[in-house]
Amino acid sequence: MEKLMTLEELEQIANERRAAKEKSPRALNVCVAAGCLSLHSDAIKSALEKEVQRTGANCRVAGTGCLGLCSQGPLVSGEPDGCLLKNVAESDAAEIVARLDSAMPERLLCSREQPFFQRQTVIVLENSGRIDPEKIDEYIAADGYQALVHALTEMTPAQIVQEVSRSGRRGGGGAGYPTGLKWGTVAKTIGTTKYVICNADEGDPGAFMDRSVLESDPHRVLEGMIIAGYAVGASQGYIYVRAEYPLAIKRLQTAIREARRLGFLGSQICSAKFSFDVEIRIGGGAFVCGEETALIASIEGRRGTPRPRPPFPSQSGLWELPTLINNVESFANVPTILRRGSEWYASLGTKKSKGTKVFALCGKVRNVGLIEVPMGTPLRQIIFEIGGGVPEGHRFKAVQTGGPSGGCIPEQFLDLPVDYESLKEVGSIMGSGGMIVMDDSACMVNVARYFMEFCMSESCGKCIPCRAGTAQMFELLTRMTSGTATPHDLELLEDLCDMVSNTSLCGLGQSAPNPVLSTLRYFREEYTEHIVDKHCRAGVCECSKLAEVSA
Amino acid sequence: MNPVPAVKTLVIDGTDVSASSDQTILDAAQENGISIPTLCHLDGLTEVGACRMCLVELKGSTKLQPACVTLVEEGMEVTTQTPRLQKYRRMVLELLFAERNHVCSVCVANNMCGLQDQAKSHGVTHVRFPYRSPALPVDVSHERFALDHNRCILCTRCVRVCNEIEGAHTWDLLGRGVNSLLISDLHEPWGESDTCTSCGKCVQVCPTGALFDKSKVGGKERKNPDFLSYLNDMREGLR
Repeated sequence: MEKLMTLEELEQIANERRAAKEKSPRALNVCVAAGCLSLHSDAIKSALEKEVQRTGANCRVAGTGCLGLCSQGPLVSGEPDGCLLKNVAESDAAEIVARLDSAMPERLLCSREQPFFQRQTVIVLENSGRIDPEKIDEYIAADGYQALVHALTEMTPAQIVQEVSRSGRRGGGGAGYPTGLKWGTVAKTIGTTKYVICNADEGDPGAFMDRSVLESDPHRVLEGMIIAGYAVGASQGYIYVRAEYPLAIKRLQTAIREARRLGFLGSQICSAKFSFDVEIRIGGGAFVCGEETALIASIEGRRGTPRPRPPFPSQSGLWELPTLINNVESFANVPTILRRGSEWYASLGTKKSKGTKVFALCGKVRNVGLIEVPMGTPLRQIIFEIGGGVPEGHRFKAVQTGGPSGGCIPEQFLDLPVDYESLKEVGSIMGSGGMIVMDDSACMVNVARYFMEFCMSESCGKCIPCRAGTAQMFELLTRMTSGTATPHDLELLEDLCDMVSNTSLCGLGQSAPNPVLSTLRYFREEYTEHIVDKHCRAGVCECSKLAEVSA
Repeated sequence: MNPVPAVKTLVIDGTDVSASSDQTILDAAQENGISIPTLCHLDGLTEVGACRMCLVELKGSTKLQPACVTLVEEGMEVTTQTPRLQKYRRMVLELLFAERNHVCSVCVANNMCGLQDQAKSHGVTHVRFPYRSPALPVDVSHERFALDHNRCILCTRCVRVCNEIEGAHTWDLLGRGVNSLLISDLHEPWGESDTCTSCGKCVQVCPTGALFDKSKVGGKERKNPDFLSYLNDMREGLR
């Protein structure tokens, strides 16, 4: 096929796709992202296909990305009326196909009017569940690659950097570093060979935003990377995905192949003096490789351990050359920022945190799933309206954000608008977007111990404070949960929190004490109960059982 | 081509010093007789900034910086000894003593050990943290040398000297976190290593009794890493 050149040609592909859809407007889209797939949605898809073939019904059956409300999966959405079916089973196939023209069975209907869907503002997830992630023309029909063609034919790299800067978009790291500033630094660094890296080594417990985006809309991430390559002057990109995400890897491979076929990757893209290609690098299961310098070491084929910064990757990154490294969500925002304008993007969110944020809402909450809300949305709205609150019979206790680098936020801060600064103020971080809701059945000492165990086993072992310090903190927390701790142990624990956070080499160690610090700040009485009274109010720790026996 | 290094002036512990812009705070301090404690650093090897003993305070920054990798800057004000830094350094040492089985009295490097020296100078009289007492093996398969994992502090000096100076890359690390382990080749006994040239550099640079000469008994393993500066000068044509 001839390589794509202009917006007109892009429009033609989009129109062809749209025309094909109009010809046969009725469709059933089965979610085949990992959540529903784990409930065998692929079998449901083939059952529907068979049924359509058998009855000769005029209806397409397609796979699609994540529809968001994972706890009600497997989900199927219908076209053109947009109805949503929940908890679909293989055995429902005949009934669904038979009732294509009438109302769907009540038990399967899932209202799109509920706050879970109504309260969201989608940018990154705009195509999620709406397009087939394995078909590039579906992405193009949804205005995909328009931003790229526009950028390459009508914008200078400096203008793109300026647009991204003006959007106010910030990264997923602890500090929320401005994306545009990073782009500008790499663009200005002198060098003929530069790299663009997409960090998809998502590893926080309870976080699955990146996975879902890659599985549901991989071209969006690719488009963002190609635009970034043009803006900073790089000709090679790498996507570092963890091996635990086989489906995301497969969809990315398909997307890269398709993008090469249409000339969005390769040499002289859209006739511009710009060549760019993307390769996938698969992570071997080390959490620390999400740290940018460790990730770079891993791509270079070395042991994945961080190194001291500076120099920062923007000056000396992959193979000591200037490197732009952003996460999946940042790249996924870029096409929309360019298409709709930085002004529009910056109109969303708060003063210092712009745009939207994708959260993986999970834990003790009715609606578990993937959501996207404007920055500044209050926690209460996210958890109680979108999330539907904690299941009956229990009380909300805390919400954990930011994974092992974050902290637990108690009830008194539920009206807090979620942005980088406010989360930091209460002792947590935005991070990549994991949000674990906990109710009164959770013991906060045990939660802290869980995260410390995670940090201990994921510490690379290079620097002493993180390697030996997390092991000591885990041991001290274990004494508390098992009822053998003394008040002196708490003192030691606090000392270690201070030391490890101030002396560790990389972000993993520097933030490892956060879950302990935040639970100590808001739930100190639970620590005292464990140590002095040997009592766990949630009844999950061993110390309670010991006390019962001796009493 | 690297730009010609410029001269920078800075203050370390109240003393005005000048240094070349490609020098680290540690270089500048050592040149001026100011001692900053180190464990993983060794003149002649690449820096890893891992032991965190050399962390210093910089005026205007709340973040502590490792002196071994932080380049000097004009007008920098460095403090190398504060109660806070000393507390952290003591804790690093305590964490090391609690991490593995460091029994000085029966160690070949007793009284000649980098870890022990630091502990002495930092007044570490006892360890507050629970001893982890891991069960670790000793590799005596090599004809002349032995590796005792119980005394290893994972500073990777041996890994670096073997890779960077001898060019053999016999040593590397296995696993991660507290389970990291120094291994030869692909985790084979040292004596069966195909790459080891038995040059003994690793033994000389090891700050503790982890790598030692089998012919030495308790308290007799005197390490001499001074050959490194000579070899480096040779390599760069300075001698």
